Formats: sequence, structure tokens, C-alpha cells
Amino acid sequence: MEGLTFLVVEDSPTMRQLISFSLKRFKGCRIVEAVDGVDALKKLSSEKINMILTDINMPVMDGLKLVSLVRQNPDLKAIPIIIITTEGADEDRQRGLALGANAYIAKPIQSSHLIKTINDLVPGAGQ
Amino acid sequence: MPDKDDSSEQLLKKGEEFLKLYNMGRQFTEELLKENERLRFQLARAEGQGGAEHTGNLTKEIARLRERIQELEAEGRQIMEKYQQVEAENKDFASRYVEVEEQNNNLANLYVASYQLHSTLDFQEVLQIVIEIVINLVGSEAFAILLLDEKTNELRTLGHEGADVFPGIEALTAKVGEGIVGGVVKTGESYFVNQAPDEARVDLEHPLAVVPLKIKEHCIGVIAIFSLLKQKSSFSAVDYELFNLLAGQAATAIFASKLYSQSERKLSTIQSFLDLLTTSG
Repeated sequence: MEGLTFLVVEDSPTMRQLISFSLKRFKGCRIVEAVDGVDALKKLSSEKINMILTDINMPVMDGLKLVSLVRQNPDLKAIPIIIITTEGADEDRQRGLALGANAYIAKPIQSSHLIKTINDLVPGAGQ
Repeated sequence: MPDKDDSSEQLLKKGEEFLKLYNMGRQFTEELLKENERLRFQLARAEGQGGAEHTGNLTKEIARLRERIQELEAEGRQIMEKYQQVEAENKDFASRYVEVEEQNNNLANLYVASYQLHSTLDFQEVLQIVIEIVINLVGSEAFAILLLDEKTNELRTLGHEGADVFPGIEALTAKVGEGIVGGVVKTGESYFVNQAPDEARVDLEHPLAVVPLKIKEHCIGVIAIFSLLKQKSSFSAVDYELFNLLAGQAATAIFASKLYSQSERKLSTIQSFLDLLTTSG
């Protein structure tokens, strides 16, 4: 399988770096970063993205709105989405998944958990 | 009477012939019986000899098979022992793999935290990075960063998160040596509640954890943690590592950024003074 292109949507540079650090275990992958939902939509229109990893609480446009817009767009709706957030309550998880996210990870993240979730969503993603 | 003599003679002759034939038949029958007896004897002997040999062969074969079974059972036991040994090694490797994964994760967290803390000299940015680390890497919901004012010897909040769930943390103050927070600054030792976070008594005077921000032995402030995210029930091993890192790296980053902003201000003042001298001259 050709290397995946991940879109990491996070307003925190620390978290962006930490997530990117974990993703680099996928051979040949490419990482595109966005600081909020609007920035993410711009990147989605100009890049071929295989998977989106997004925070919820962000300025300008939050992660839930982004998930909703991606799922309504016929060109983007098939892209797997993982929500990574501090909002760990069950109702938040249910809301995220109901909007169309494929997986929901509560912070603080464990690198191994993130890798396993990606492998489950994209079998053969490779490491 | 020749006819009478002839017939007697013929009759005698026939009798003799019959007797001769009878004797021959008897002799033949006796020979047959003897031969039969001899053959039966030989058959019985042959059967006796063949059975014993066959039984002997069978016994040998059984003994050989038993020996083989024992050998195979011994091999089986050895294979089982080897299998159990390999299984134990596998479990050991799996357990080590999990440990290495955790270590890898911890190192990544520490690397990213350290990298980000020293990525800027702007005081507010450094404070923001410390806040991000405590939220995202430690998993704290409400906490305050208090810095020491050397002139008044008092700590006060300069950064915080979660004032909505823990009102009052945005304006905390503490004297050095007073209370838990002041005590940590004085001793330079981290403080953690002994109980599980959800069972501990937590208020503004009694945080869950207090981590000193130290440059060598000089304490410049603390991070006081009041609550953890819902999904995090307690502190983990890596949190203590992160706290140790924060104690040193965050203190250095905060101190360096403060010095830098002071020197920037001084430089600006000196530059303005020089400009004034140049213009007036």
C-alpha cells in the first residue's frame, strides 16, 4: 500500500507535534497540518487526504462541525475520521460518532492506541 | 471225476489269489496309516515349532513397540517442555514489547514537551505551552501556574485552565512556607495526594498535586493541579516523569523568557536613549 496522507487538525502545536510523531511510524506517510476546521477544509480541497485526525475544541470552526461538513461532501465523505479530544464523556463520544466520525480517542493519547485504531480503520496501512 | 477236481483246484487258486490280494490291501492300508501317523506327527511338530517362533517374534515386536512408545513419549515430553519454554518466552517478549511501547510513548511525550517548551522566548507563549502540556499530556482539567514574586515573597496565578469547573484558581495567592502550595516552594519537593483523586478532599487550599518549577535548587513557582479529565482516574507513571521534566524544563523556559522580555525592554529603552542623544547632538 502506498504511504497514507494524514490530515492532523489541532490548534495546539504541542498536540500536533505529538500526533505527527506517532504517525511517523507508518512507512512512507505524509502529514498535513491544519490549525482549525476552516484551515482543514482548505487543505482538503487542495490535497489528497487518506485520513483525518481532528480535535473538537478549536477556534474559528470546531472539530464536530468539520466532521459534519466532510460527511456531507460527496468528494470527501469516504475519508475515515478519528476524533482526538479532551472531551471524554460518553455523550460527547456518542455525538462525535453520530456525526460520522469512525473512531473517538480521549486525551491523553497513547501512541499504541492511536496506531491500533488507524490499523483497524485502514487494514494494511503498515508501520 | 475230473470236473469235480478241476473246480476245487480253481476254487483253491482263487482263494489263494483273494488271500494274496487281501494281504496286499492290508499291508497297503497299514502303510497308509503309518504314513498318516508320521505326517500328523510332523504337522504337529511343525505347528508347534512355527507357533513358538511366531509368539517369540510377536513378543519381540511388542517389546520393540513399547520401547518406541516410551521414546516417543519422552520426545513428546521434551517437545511439551520446549513448547512451554517458548510460550513463556513469547509472553515475556509480549510483556517487554508492551513495556517498550509505553517507554516509547513516554519518551515521545517528554521529547515533544521539552521541544515545545524551548521553541520560543515569548513569556506568554511559554505559559501557553505549559498549559497545553498539562492539559494534553497529563490530562488535567483544572490547574493553575503560580509564579513567585521575589519582592513580596508571594506566589500568584499567572496562567490557569478550568476556572469554570474550579472557580478561584484564576486568582490564587500563597505565601512561601504557608499551606501546601507555599510548603512545596519552600521544600522544593513535589506533593501528591495519597488517596485516589475522586476520593480526596480537594479545594483551593488542598490541590491534587503541586509540582515545583525549579532551576537547580531555586524554586520560581509551582503548578497546582485541582482536577483530572473525566476519562483519567488517577496519575500514571509517565505523569511523574512529566512533572519532573516540567519542574526543570518549564522553569528554565519561563525564567529564560522572562529574562529575554526584560532584556528586550532594556534594549528598547537604551535604543530610545541613544536615538535621543543622537538627535539632540
